[in-house]
Amino acid sequence: MPTSPAKPGGPLLTADGTPLKTSLERSLKLSKLRALGLIFPPLLFLLILFVIPIGSLLTRSIDDSLSNKVLPKTLAAFERWDKTSEPDESMFEAVYLDMKAADKLDLSKLGTRMNYEKSGWRSLIKITTRGLKRIDGPPYKPAMLHLNKRWGDIEFWQSLGAMKDPVTLGYYLKAVDLKYDGNKDIMKVNKHNRIYRMLWWRTFLVSMIVTIGCLILAYPVAHLLATLPLRLSNLLMICVLMPFWTSLLVRIVSWMVMLQQNGVVNDSLVSLGVLDDGNRLPMMYNFTGTVIVMTQILLPFMILPIYSVMKTIPPSYMKAAQNLGATPARAFIRVYMPQTIPGIGAGCLLVFIVAIGYYITPELVGGKDGRLIGNLIAHHMQNSLNWGLASAMGTILLVAILTLYWVYDKLVGVDNMKMG
Amino acid sequence: MPGDDYLVRFVNIQKSYDGETLVVKNLNLNVAKSEFLTILGPSGSGKTTCLMMLAGFEPATHGEIYLKDQPINRVPPHRRGIGMVFQNYALFPHLTVAENLAFPLDVRGMSKVEKARRVKRALDMVQLGGFGDRRPAQLSGGQQQRVAVARSLIFDPDLVLMDEPLGALDKNLREQMQYKIKSIHENLGVTVVYVTHDQSIALTLSDRIAVFDDGVIQQCAAPDVVYERPENAFVANFIGENNQLTGTVVEDNGDTVKVAVGNGNIVEAKKVKVEGVGSPSTLSLRPERVVVNPEPGSLPNVFPAKTEELIYLGDHIRTRFSICGNVDFIVKIPNSAFHAAISEGDEVNIGWKAEDCRALDVWPCPTPHS
Repeated sequence: MPTSPAKPGGPLLTADGTPLKTSLERSLKLSKLRALGLIFPPLLFLLILFVIPIGSLLTRSIDDSLSNKVLPKTLAAFERWDKTSEPDESMFEAVYLDMKAADKLDLSKLGTRMNYEKSGWRSLIKITTRGLKRIDGPPYKPAMLHLNKRWGDIEFWQSLGAMKDPVTLGYYLKAVDLKYDGNKDIMKVNKHNRIYRMLWWRTFLVSMIVTIGCLILAYPVAHLLATLPLRLSNLLMICVLMPFWTSLLVRIVSWMVMLQQNGVVNDSLVSLGVLDDGNRLPMMYNFTGTVIVMTQILLPFMILPIYSVMKTIPPSYMKAAQNLGATPARAFIRVYMPQTIPGIGAGCLLVFIVAIGYYITPELVGGKDGRLIGNLIAHHMQNSLNWGLASAMGTILLVAILTLYWVYDKLVGVDNMKMG
Repeated sequence: MPGDDYLVRFVNIQKSYDGETLVVKNLNLNVAKSEFLTILGPSGSGKTTCLMMLAGFEPATHGEIYLKDQPINRVPPHRRGIGMVFQNYALFPHLTVAENLAFPLDVRGMSKVEKARRVKRALDMVQLGGFGDRRPAQLSGGQQQRVAVARSLIFDPDLVLMDEPLGALDKNLREQMQYKIKSIHENLGVTVVYVTHDQSIALTLSDRIAVFDDGVIQQCAAPDVVYERPENAFVANFIGENNQLTGTVVEDNGDTVKVAVGNGNIVEAKKVKVEGVGSPSTLSLRPERVVVNPEPGSLPNVFPAKTEELIYLGDHIRTRFSICGNVDFIVKIPNSAFHAAISEGDEVNIGWKAEDCRALDVWPCPTPHS
């Protein structure tokens, strides 16, 4: 072996004696650098628009540092307290000093934050902030009790326990109808305050129904698309894609026209005599409305992946199956359908993932029974400004979707998935 | 003709897809039991349509197909019991090889034991004993092809159709597989209708070849007959290599005719398909039947020719002459110890027998049916 003078078993060397691996790495280095340079802009884009927002979402959902920042002395005093006896003067002093030193804006944010643990905190903090300048020196306890007698309520003091750590799972607990008590033990929230679990379940149910509905409706359409002569299938394809080119709002509003109490569907049923005028079907502002409209809107997401898989299945398979003695129905079930599974999987995954985070449609046609978790997230982002809770719910959604993806990968294999 | 030993009969079959043109024009064809019949023709000649009508995937526009003397026009494909090997094999990609083979047995409700026995026998027949658990995609083209053949035979059909099954294989594999198919056919005694455009496969495998063009059978006969005694210019041209001289008949002697070709030469040829004195004719002559520098007086047709090109092909030398106005006259000179030594530009005499030169109709020509 003239090119590798190394002894047998030793590393291979190039003609000038450098190890082959080093030499190979050197020769590939430049092209690697160039490749890195080319992907740098999209990488940056991904970082700015994807990694950082999701990262901040995750941080925000567990961040609870505000109370530690604003109320350090209070929380220290809370630690020394036995959590059952009446708070003594030292604790009131700590609260007074903390609030005196705190920034106004931080205090108002803190009030909001504390209100999540026990309602009443916000107004208590507000009143106290306003009254602070009227307190002139110790003893603080009677002065503060004079400002608002809630300072004497031991439950307010106890609720500080849920805020003492800079990191909290409280938002996640809240998102599944749990909460911390004063000793940081996890307990269920009051019965009449439980809404989130029901919403998660409803979101899951709606997504399931919509996915199955889309599958049932999309499969024949996709098959037709894949088997019709080109001219007709192009026309049908335009019909399938038409909703994509129409504004989402327009589509939803036209559904409202269709489904409302005096809408097209109800009117037709009544005029056909199927329904009494008095028993018009409620199909809007409820669960049914959400499901119907979401199914229609998400249908193309199911049709396209299934179609793209069906397009690649040569007609000879069906012919071969029949030639071998299978009836057309049997050939379809045993030979054709198994080959469309990658498309079905991709379509279902796509529709389910989009449906689980859906927000606009339930907002407009959902009414009270049709609201989904997405609406609650929006509510907490825009109205209640409880971003921590919104982030926690978003994170739970994200994890749910990733889990689903993982399960899909185990069952079908992501490599088999064909998006189109 | 009930009682005759025919397995398949096409009777006056016509097929049109658009109602304007006929793809198959009045086809009458009988296939005997245990026969290997090849339908040979250029693409678009309607040969695959014939096969699809027989398998039941295309309805005949007119006429009737009989299988074992039963009309089958109204029998759906899955009840015809005809095996078929598709051009792309059509092995089900989601099933293993064994499951593919068991598929026709499954739908026939066969017992597990019987199924296993037959699958094993079929795999052994095509020498793929250990491949039962593989997916079709894990097999090579030749192996897939063998599985497809095994699958078409596993339910013991009387008739197997093959639609260009060797088209996707490379040359060596194609030759191997073609002998494999021949031996399977001989061992099982199954009737095979084979569609191809590859004449060498047709010549090797067939008991009979039906040469198909323009929706019509041009000639249906044994391979040697089709090759050596083509009945018209299309068959002569399509099968094997062929030299053509065109001219006009000047003398009709019953068995032979004399035809005036280019440069005023008169060629004596066997009369096969010409109308009579004054009608145009194509003379067809196989390159291997031409003799270079024949003994004077030994052959009726001897003409001077100019050597235009020599191509060395190992076992023979392909030589292009210009003769009687034809500059593409090919002669295969065997590379034997005594072969004529000629070089480009040489003037030599070449000649042939009258019976090797067949006087045929003019091709391409409109056929009587169109």
